[in-house]
Amino acid sequence: MALTKSDFSEKLFDELGLNKREAKEMVESFFEEIKVALENGQEVKLSGFGKFELRDKSSRPGRNPKTGEEVAISARRVVTFRSGQKLRARVEEYAGTQ
Amino acid sequence: MTKSELIETLAKQQPHLALKDVELVIKCLIEQMSQSLSSGDRVEIRGFGSFSLHYRPPRIGRNPKTGSAVALSSKHVPHFKPGKELRERVNESRTKHAIVESL
Repeated sequence: MALTKSDFSEKLFDELGLNKREAKEMVESFFEEIKVALENGQEVKLSGFGKFELRDKSSRPGRNPKTGEEVAISARRVVTFRSGQKLRARVEEYAGTQ
Repeated sequence: MTKSELIETLAKQQPHLALKDVELVIKCLIEQMSQSLSSGDRVEIRGFGSFSLHYRPPRIGRNPKTGSAVALSSKHVPHFKPGKELRERVNESRTKHAIVESL
């Protein structure tokens, strides 16, 4: 089961005793502030978890995979995530099938 | 922006919460995401993006120092796919702000 915003709020309510409104607001602002930083060109590093990096890509020729037709892919800025060592080590141990 | 800067920003927005409490909240959120991923569950945040695991098959690696072959078992690595809103907001602002690396 995927973890969603409402799971986060519930946890803040259960574990830290925030009221439901506060919990919801904190979850919203947490993700919003990361978006604001990235939008302002600032990379975001959450130690122990990972780093949200920005990359400027120049335009390149691409192809419509359906029709095979050539289309130009415009220059753009993209977000990439590099997981931190701690998270990578924890995830590596996961042996289940996906 | 670092974790502590993020905590400060959020604390300013929530004047009724102490900095310490905001710190606990952020740690709790990050821990939840890490826990979910390490048990193989995805994290899906509308407008922000989703975290999932990608499988890496077993391979023969090399010890870069000695050059000897080492068998590496299969593993999973975290993967993030930015959501539509994040993608669009970041791209639309690219001409306004230069990229500032976080230390």
